[in-house]
Amino acid sequence: MKKVFFSLKEAVINGAAGLTIFSILLGFIVGAVVLLLAGFNPIEAYGAIIRGIFSKPKYMSYVVIYSTPLIMTGLSVAFALRTGLFNIGAEGQFIVGSLTAAMVGYFVHLPMMLHVPLCILSAMAVSAAWGGIAGFIKARHGVHEVISTIMLNWIALYLLNWAVTIQSFGQRGTGKSHMIQQTARIDLFGQWKITPEGIDFIRSHKILGDILKSPVNTGIIFALVFAFLVWFILNRTTLGYELRAVGFNPHTAECSGINVNRSIITSMSIAGALAGAAGGLQVLGVSYRVAKLAAMEGYGFDGIAVSLIGNNTGPGSVFAGFLFGGLKYGGSKIQDAVGAPTEVINIVVGTIILFIAMPKLIQLLLRRGGRWK
Amino acid sequence: MEMIIRDIGFIIGTTLMYSTPLIYTSLGGVITERSGVVNIGLEGMMYFGAFVGAAVAYFTASPWLGLLCAALGGALFGLIHAVACVTFNAEQIVSGIAINFLGAGSALFISRLLFDGATQTLTIPNKMPLPLDFLFGEGRLFPSSGFMDLVFNRFATVYLAFFMVFVVWLVLYKTRIGMRVRAVGENPEAANTLGVSVIKIRYCAVILSGVFAGLGGAAMSIAVVSRFSNTLISGHGFIALAAMIFGKWKPQGAMLACLLFGAAKGFEIYLGSKGVPIPGDILAILPYLLTLIILVGFVGKTTAPGAVGKIFDKSGH
Repeated sequence: MKKVFFSLKEAVINGAAGLTIFSILLGFIVGAVVLLLAGFNPIEAYGAIIRGIFSKPKYMSYVVIYSTPLIMTGLSVAFALRTGLFNIGAEGQFIVGSLTAAMVGYFVHLPMMLHVPLCILSAMAVSAAWGGIAGFIKARHGVHEVISTIMLNWIALYLLNWAVTIQSFGQRGTGKSHMIQQTARIDLFGQWKITPEGIDFIRSHKILGDILKSPVNTGIIFALVFAFLVWFILNRTTLGYELRAVGFNPHTAECSGINVNRSIITSMSIAGALAGAAGGLQVLGVSYRVAKLAAMEGYGFDGIAVSLIGNNTGPGSVFAGFLFGGLKYGGSKIQDAVGAPTEVINIVVGTIILFIAMPKLIQLLLRRGGRWK
Repeated sequence: MEMIIRDIGFIIGTTLMYSTPLIYTSLGGVITERSGVVNIGLEGMMYFGAFVGAAVAYFTASPWLGLLCAALGGALFGLIHAVACVTFNAEQIVSGIAINFLGAGSALFISRLLFDGATQTLTIPNKMPLPLDFLFGEGRLFPSSGFMDLVFNRFATVYLAFFMVFVVWLVLYKTRIGMRVRAVGENPEAANTLGVSVIKIRYCAVILSGVFAGLGGAAMSIAVVSRFSNTLISGHGFIALAAMIFGKWKPQGAMLACLLFGAAKGFEIYLGSKGVPIPGDILAILPYLLTLIILVGFVGKTTAPGAVGKIFDKSGH
């Protein structure tokens, strides 16, 4: 028994999963301390979050909807990070993707079976180019991707703000674009919900009806498929092997015949495509249009958190995306429930990331904890 | 003609005002990166500083006290970043991302507690003073709304920012301590061998970067505008970071880059007020596009401090 415990402990101390779990735990502890200091009961506050997530089917459905774009931007950041590239540009790639999807969704008329894929693929293509720019100027000119993607984020934001003022695309004076065609939407039963039968169904079916009250859409299926693809490409293909080799050590990779520059461009393009798909899915499934942005929305920045918490893998991003999405949605309830500021969630997430950044500290804590016994 | 001169004065003045928060923050970036520690958390530090500055200025009616506390608030997050990066060898970019979540989260958390659940402070009673009005009396030195008045009659934070550029330059290049900072950022092992405490220097530099980012945030919330709100900073810390790289890790270079970003804002506001048919959004793209083009064309990768972002472990592991 003792031996099992010991090997388990070794795995926790040395493995990435253990580091993550321990960091998450510490994040919630710090959050609890902050709540206590502010005069709130942390157990009540966390209880409100849990109730806010699980107490109604509608809530859980909302968590899924909240998590979808976070999983996708998380995948984007994770993919680039595995090649050693820091994609701060997921934010801008998301914006460009959403703009593209909104344009193709509004201007093009096609049957649904073609329209939806066309919207997503074009969003991915444009965002791949957007991410690819950063990859290209890194590979060719040595410009660090952090600075180039920060610039590209702002260019994307102002580009979108300008686009919604174009007469044929934007609704005059509202700062919003026209709604995309019905054939481009990936919502479930959106039209049927407002028919008399639909309303009747929602009233009479407790669980399904409740779920239908949220803007249910098929985005999460896409996200899970993409997560699988990311895992597959990274772990089961030559391309993925090469990209990871570059991330591990670019000099060694170069020596063993891998084209590092091409890998950088490829990786940033794929990362861009993933973030672009995130933006596209958000438009097709939730917002149906784009609107003028007064500030960055934060999908890309949240994606960095998701990727880091998920240890920069496909499955990890799904897990962390749900965690973050749940915290974001459930956390919005604690204001009303116990009066505690919602932003304690940001503090929890920030703390988790801070500890993830310090494996040395975590190992020290765990080792010392063992010695004291 | 007089009209044109006044308009130019307006643009220059607005440029100065909007560059100021960026200048402080990018100076913070210069200091920390010169010591070899990447600080992508400038955004969060600036965010927290903006809130603290406005909150303290609101409650005490003293913008100066607000500015001071903003610096301390920034220093607090600088300390966290330093502990993580210098003592525990954290992945510096990851720690910076954490600081961004923590800085913004803490600011909004405290704001909701102090301001009745709102994510913005109330309007502060006294903005940063205008030193020329203070010294000479309103409109005494230069006629009101004339060219000179529009350019030079700006908040004390504006003057302080440019003075700080000079101070940072002086310390970094003309003093022993500055030489040590640069040595630590360039080659920590060699500096360590020569008896320079890498740990101490880096702690000071990272905390100072927090101080400057905090000042930058406050220069926004108690001078450019007169309150903190949740969208006030939104990305300015990142722009300052870019300005620092654009300025080749030099205080004077960073200042010029900040002026470029500020000028774009100045033009945007000017054209907006004139109803000129050039869309403001397209104009707003220009500084970012220009930065990209200049980076591609002129700035190579060799200008970064040698050891920036690399973990220094004294024990040699």
